Amino acid sequence: MTVIFDGIASGMLLFLISVGLSVTLGLMNFVNLAHGAFAMFGGFVAVTLLNRAGIPFLAALPLAAIGTALLGVLFERTLYRRLYAATHLDQVLFSIGLVFMSIAGAHYLFGPQQQPLTLPGFLQGQINLPGLDMGVYRLFLIVLGLAIAFGLQKMVSGTRFGAQLRASVDNPRTARGMGINVDRIFTLTFALGTGLAGLGGALGVEMLGLDPGFPVKYIVYFLIVVAVGGSGNITGSLIAALILGVFDVAGKYYVPQAGAFVIYAVMVAMLIFRPQGLFGRKAAR
Amino acid sequence: MNKSMIDLTPLTRATRWHPAELAFWLLPVAGYFLLQDNLVLLTQIAITALFCLSLDLILGFAGIVSLGHTAFFGIGAYAAGLMAAHGHGDPLLGLLVAGICAGIAGFISSLLVLRGADLTRLMVTLGVAMMLYELANKLTPITGGVDGLQGMEIQPLFGSFAFDMFGKTAYWYAVGVLFVMFVIARRLVHSPFGLSLKGIRQNVGRMPAIGAPVNARLAAVYTLGALYAGIAGALLAQTTQFVALDVLSFNRSAELLLILVLGGSGCLYGALIGTIVFMTAHHFLSDMNPEYWQFWLGLLLVLIVLFARDGVMGGVRRLGALGKGGAKA
Amino acid sequence: MTYALQTTSLVKKFGGFVATSKVSLNVEAGARHALIGPNGAGKTTLINLLTGFLEPTSGEVILNGDKVTHLAQHQRVKRGLARTFQINRLFADLTVLESVVMAVNERLGLGARFWQSVGSHTAAVDEAVELLERLRLLDVAHETTRNLAYGKQRLIEIALALAAKPSVLLLDEPAAGVPTIESRELFETIAGLPREVTILLIEHDMDLVFRFADRISVLVGGAVLTEGTPEVIAHDPKVKEVYLGEAICD
Ligand SMILES: Nc1ncnc2c1ncn2[C@@H]1O[C@H](COP(=O)(O)OP(=O)(O)OP(=O)(O)O)[C@@H](O)[C@H]1O
Ligand SMILES: [Mg+2]
Repeated sequence: MTVIFDGIASGMLLFLISVGLSVTLGLMNFVNLAHGAFAMFGGFVAVTLLNRAGIPFLAALPLAAIGTALLGVLFERTLYRRLYAATHLDQVLFSIGLVFMSIAGAHYLFGPQQQPLTLPGFLQGQINLPGLDMGVYRLFLIVLGLAIAFGLQKMVSGTRFGAQLRASVDNPRTARGMGINVDRIFTLTFALGTGLAGLGGALGVEMLGLDPGFPVKYIVYFLIVVAVGGSGNITGSLIAALILGVFDVAGKYYVPQAGAFVIYAVMVAMLIFRPQGLFGRKAAR
Repeated sequence: MNKSMIDLTPLTRATRWHPAELAFWLLPVAGYFLLQDNLVLLTQIAITALFCLSLDLILGFAGIVSLGHTAFFGIGAYAAGLMAAHGHGDPLLGLLVAGICAGIAGFISSLLVLRGADLTRLMVTLGVAMMLYELANKLTPITGGVDGLQGMEIQPLFGSFAFDMFGKTAYWYAVGVLFVMFVIARRLVHSPFGLSLKGIRQNVGRMPAIGAPVNARLAAVYTLGALYAGIAGALLAQTTQFVALDVLSFNRSAELLLILVLGGSGCLYGALIGTIVFMTAHHFLSDMNPEYWQFWLGLLLVLIVLFARDGVMGGVRRLGALGKGGAKA
Repeated sequence: MTYALQTTSLVKKFGGFVATSKVSLNVEAGARHALIGPNGAGKTTLINLLTGFLEPTSGEVILNGDKVTHLAQHQRVKRGLARTFQINRLFADLTVLESVVMAVNERLGLGARFWQSVGSHTAAVDEAVELLERLRLLDVAHETTRNLAYGKQRLIEIALALAAKPSVLLLDEPAAGVPTIESRELFETIAGLPREVTILLIEHDMDLVFRFADRISVLVGGAVLTEGTPEVIAHDPKVKEVYLGEAICD
């Protein structure tokens, strides 16, 4: 039971980070491998605020998200925008370039070591039920993750912004003709995606650690979540992340020698049985 | 009778060796005599060029974006390294086995890679490489883990040319293998198979409608690319008598992508020239702190994508076009 | 009666939208069969189902008496079913000759040859040259596709289909985007194909259709409205209604 609970929590964390990628990749069709770099940025913002400026954890979280979103806007305006129409290869190369630069930058500013983070007292400790030990912080992650999934789903499918976004993606020219400010919509969406990455990065310091290698270390996890969940599909990402989290934690717990292989096995199995992703629509060809 | 209808030479022009190509292949000979002290570096260049050529086959010619091409390089390196460490030190046998192992791995992963669209491909290629990295890392008793694989004994090439400490044999060995593999790739590119790959890259949706089995072709070239990479890996293991875990790292895959786009993908010489430029630059900047080096690499990637998408070979072609235009005027 | 191509209650749904609705089509061997209908009637979709470009939601496709519903596109081409696309889908950076040689290679089973050069497979090259001559493309044989006018490119589209030596040829508005004079030439070429080749043609120009076809099917809203000889179709009030309605919309 505890293993499943921990798996869900870790899956929720994975969801929080990856959903931003799902948004940019699925809705804007941009392969942004630098997503992990934005998450790392959020982590560093949070750690710096916490350890150097003494700002409380709960305040540091939204600041990390906003800070990363602002960075995202800056990058979108100056660089990403030029590559919306480029091939996926170009987008991949470009974002790998950013990843390398971010890794080097993080090394330069923070050094190669893991960043320490102390959670506030009320998020530490455990709630013990018969057969189930729930870490308070993990419970916090689960609740927050669910809330964000719910909010995002509502926003994309139920608001004007969501409708405009979908219109802009389907056909930017028509959308422009209808008076939608496509550029602004894309900037906002990108900000949303990177903001979520920043939030996830800040939340993840405790469980995933934070060092300059972060953007590369977890990139495959993010890709699996998005590919398995069906890109742009929020519920899909959530379920994929939860499955991945549970399998990952369970694998590490029960067969520690196999370590990370469990998730690759999940990836392969998924490809064999559901090559379009769990919820992916079949590509029209 | 059709012979008279039109001139067919444009169709066969590319198959003939251009003088510039012959000149290019004199470079390794010149390098040997002029840069005696740098043979190790030149050997590295030849090996990386072969590796880059293998990526060019699958990315440049078949259009499959791979984030984990180093998986096959690593398989080849470990295969050859393990053979040599366990008493089968014949270099050519090592190459053969390494190529076959990597080719088999390539074939199996091609089945997964080709199942999905772009995003899935990125995930699978990256996932396979990372999985192998983990594997090599965990199997310390076999691979040496983070300490690397050591204790290889490479026998003399053809039974008579021992690998000397100046690296002369190693150099000619690497250059020779590169040349042979290049000639094979060159034939392939100009064959009907190569033409169908161009077709797939230019319009994948149209190919089935002319009766081409797209996935079979892609699987074939992916397998071949993996085999080439495996041979490159084996060359590295044999010439350095050491396999570092780093052969499977993501950075190596990413660096290779950079080299290829730097030279110009979809053109065999692009892979070679990109490697020469990159490795030479790396050599001169090698005193630099590795973190800074990574920063400049990243910046270079960004700049290439934004401003110089067709690489060195594209520049050469544009210069050529300019020259022709100038001559006409 | 032998049929070259048949469908039995073929259905294709895109989400909730029914693009092809229980179409049962019979195309006789050697026929010049036209498929007409207003924009969005589902004509292209039907061709996509016939060739395997799309998978049907239900129903069967039968080619020369064999079920091919689940056969891959390229396997149907091997069995003699070729098509052209309504909007050119060509190989922008290949020359005209290279494109056609490539298609001929596939039919001759040479596509996987990886050692001898393209030019040394002379049987394929000769055949491609002949085909280019037939379509009056010889003078641009070495031009890169992207440099040609749309009308010329349209001919490549047809050459690629003919390279498969099809027994059944599906033409999706072959003259769309071609200047009138050239389109007449193009139709002469099509009409000059050997009678053994069964042709299913989609075309909006009724003059051309009535001159060319010996059988016409009218598709409306994804379903076959009616089918018959040109005379019958020309006098069918239902057909008139559909096209009158369209004329008003235009
Ligand atoms: N992949 C698809 N997804 C969703 N709807 C589609 C798809 N392809 C076609 N449709 C819809 O199916 C209907 C039929 O389209 P189709 O292209 O077959 O018409 P058509 O008869 O060929 O029209 P036209 O004369 O304009 O070429 C149209 O309403 C179209 O929007
Ligand atoms: Mg149509």
